Amino acid sequence: MSSHTPAIQENMMVHDSTYEPGIQVYHMKLGMWVFLLSEVMFFTSLIGTYIILRFAHPDHFAAPGEVLNVPLTAFNTFFLICSSVTMVKAFAAIQKGDQKGLKLWLLATIVIGACFVGIQAIEYVALVHEGFVPAAAEYHALGRTGVEGGAVLGGPLYGATFYTMTGFHGAHVSIGVICLVFVLIRAMRGHYTHSDHRGVELIGLYWHFVDLVWIILFTIVYLI
Amino acid sequence: MATPVAASGTGAEHHELGFIRTYIFSTDHKMIAKQFLVASLAFLLLGGLLAAVMRWQLGFPGQPIPFIGGLFSETTAPGGIILPEFYNSLVTMHGTFMIFFAIMPLMLGVWGNYLIPLQIGAPDMAFPRLNTFSFWISIPAGLIMLAGFLVVGGHAGAGWTAYAPLSADSEFTGVYMGQILWLVSLTILGFSSLTGAVNYITTIINMRAPGMTWFRIPLPTWALFVTSWLVLLAIPILTGALIMLLFDQTIGTGFFAPATGGEPLLWQHIFWYFGHPEVYILILPGMGLVSEIIANRSRKPVFGYHSMVVAIISIAFLGWIVWGHHMFQSGMNPMLGTSFMISTIIIAVPSAIKVFNWMGTVWRGDLHFDVPMLHALAFVSMFIIGGLSGIFMASAPVDIPIHDTYFIVAHLHYVLFGGSLFAIFAGITYWFPKMFGRMFGAKLGKAHFWLTFFAYNLVFFPMHSMGLKGHIRRIYDPSQYTFLQSMQSLNTLISWAAFFLIAAQLIFAFNFFWSMFRGEKAVQNPWNSNTLEWALAPTPPPHGNFVATPQVYRGPYEYSSPESTDDFLPQHLPPDRVQRPPVPREPGSLPTGD
Repeated sequence: MSSHTPAIQENMMVHDSTYEPGIQVYHMKLGMWVFLLSEVMFFTSLIGTYIILRFAHPDHFAAPGEVLNVPLTAFNTFFLICSSVTMVKAFAAIQKGDQKGLKLWLLATIVIGACFVGIQAIEYVALVHEGFVPAAAEYHALGRTGVEGGAVLGGPLYGATFYTMTGFHGAHVSIGVICLVFVLIRAMRGHYTHSDHRGVELIGLYWHFVDLVWIILFTIVYLI
Repeated sequence: MATPVAASGTGAEHHELGFIRTYIFSTDHKMIAKQFLVASLAFLLLGGLLAAVMRWQLGFPGQPIPFIGGLFSETTAPGGIILPEFYNSLVTMHGTFMIFFAIMPLMLGVWGNYLIPLQIGAPDMAFPRLNTFSFWISIPAGLIMLAGFLVVGGHAGAGWTAYAPLSADSEFTGVYMGQILWLVSLTILGFSSLTGAVNYITTIINMRAPGMTWFRIPLPTWALFVTSWLVLLAIPILTGALIMLLFDQTIGTGFFAPATGGEPLLWQHIFWYFGHPEVYILILPGMGLVSEIIANRSRKPVFGYHSMVVAIISIAFLGWIVWGHHMFQSGMNPMLGTSFMISTIIIAVPSAIKVFNWMGTVWRGDLHFDVPMLHALAFVSMFIIGGLSGIFMASAPVDIPIHDTYFIVAHLHYVLFGGSLFAIFAGITYWFPKMFGRMFGAKLGKAHFWLTFFAYNLVFFPMHSMGLKGHIRRIYDPSQYTFLQSMQSLNTLISWAAFFLIAAQLIFAFNFFWSMFRGEKAVQNPWNSNTLEWALAPTPPPHGNFVATPQVYRGPYEYSSPESTDDFLPQHLPPDRVQRPPVPREPGSLPTGD
């Protein structure tokens, strides 16, 4: 796109002072921003459902830390935020034409992203073991420490909303990791240069968005 | 996809492609539009046939379907006598196919793809391969939806709105697999709509030809742009809701099941939060098409171009804050009901602006009653009726008695058939020469229009009074209620008119294919239009659309301009090449258009 800009500006001078050459952003980047807006709406429907159900049925939701492992997830959250930093480092590296730095930081982002999904899977297994399941009929969450007399903590809506929200977020992280692997393969083939590195920028936008969603989810699902 | 096709693309860059790349997995926006056209017209026919079966049961309750009655299975209509469960599926699937597989792709898939690049002077979409994906992902969605008719338990029967808990628990309808296929199909179809919307928005923002400023964009493209935003933001809401309902059905979560603490009313809120923008997704593009056709066939500028654009944007914006008017009966705080009532009634203002602008455009124009113009005028007049009955339902006190009656059926068909479908017919008959290089047969076209217009009003107008008399909608057998028996003869009349209406569409189908292969060869600009797709692009446009990047100098509706001897002034014509009249006409000597 950038290579066309001078010609367009010349056109503008000659023909028409009211020419609007789009918004000077290449198509894929604009398309990614537009797509991420629709992702905002998708997570809004899931998070909105959670907020409404929690207000309507407070008895279905246990206090923070009673069922969910907050320290583990806090660590995982910190981990994912670090992956945003490594993503920025990868982008900054290729902007300077640093191929080695690009590959290194992309690899770091992939590893952290994969670890995040792995830790989430471990968390799920432990939760299911404690009876915290999405299916309403089987829900019998006893909590991490176990409550005296075996009382069930919260209710079925807790499990349903938790797994739906965090599960779809985990799926988004997984898709992001797969895309990052493709970007890394292209980076190893020398596909990106300091003047054209759109693929890195696009996956970066997606990755930061997914991070942002997690910060919101962590706050409203685990902390409050 | 990664290659940016900037506005400098030319036809010379595109080389000849093989059969598969040209006709099947094409990346050309015009071919994808034609693929959407054929596929969605087929679904339109299917939706019509489902309605015909429903009308048989309503007109002749309990009688076996003649001729084809033996073709139905034991679980749907044994011996041709329709079972109540099958009737529920018919109601559900008529709505589903018409809304998601016929009207929506006919509006966005066809006209979004065909018109946007041509009207803004671009060689193709911003993401041509994503565009191919958008069409081909809709085909498995359609096949999955069709498969629902073949599974045990029958197809989904909870209505196209799939109200929970009716849809969430198979105990209530006896349908399990059908409902799951319904949910999966619509989730997949959402990706088709979404990728389309991303493509349209990016293309319109980034690929307009030099000089194509925002207020020189033709109104169909403006309407498609605004509608794309609605699709982009509303469809993910539906996807979220569908996924949660699917989880309720399959893994036993209880989002919408009251037995485990879920909220059935929540489904209605989420569904209509998507559903009301969806209503405008179905009609706004039609308003754009009709504006273009009425201006051209009246040989006058669109009355109030800017107010048309502002009205489209305000309707789209207001569409997000009115969803509760579908739920006056579902139980809500009366104060909340009042606020939904007021916001809904406010929508009448931009709608009325559009209607008066159309009338202002036609006023003292040089009218050409061609087939597209007839359909466009039918759109305006039917939209007025549908819009006025909408005001009835917007007021909560009036809505309470007429809710869930045939009054609603009449209203929604006046906007969806009388509105959207007449606009689609107008669009097809208007752009047919550009799409296929041949004129759309005018004689058969007029016959089809008048028969459709007549039969359509005969079907749906009486439903207003039936609804006011309390005729319940979605009812299997009205004759079982004493107070509805007096309306049975009217029901029979409506059924006959409906069969006639569907039969009249055969004229259209015949004319469509006959004109495609045998019609009169079309010249480049048969309507003497100003917009780029007619005035500049060849007929039919080649791969890449324009020989060179167009330069745009003026707005799209300079008809009967005093600055030119011709009665039209194409957007791309440089000012120094305009044939000016020797003596400037007096400003008062022309019918003023704007």
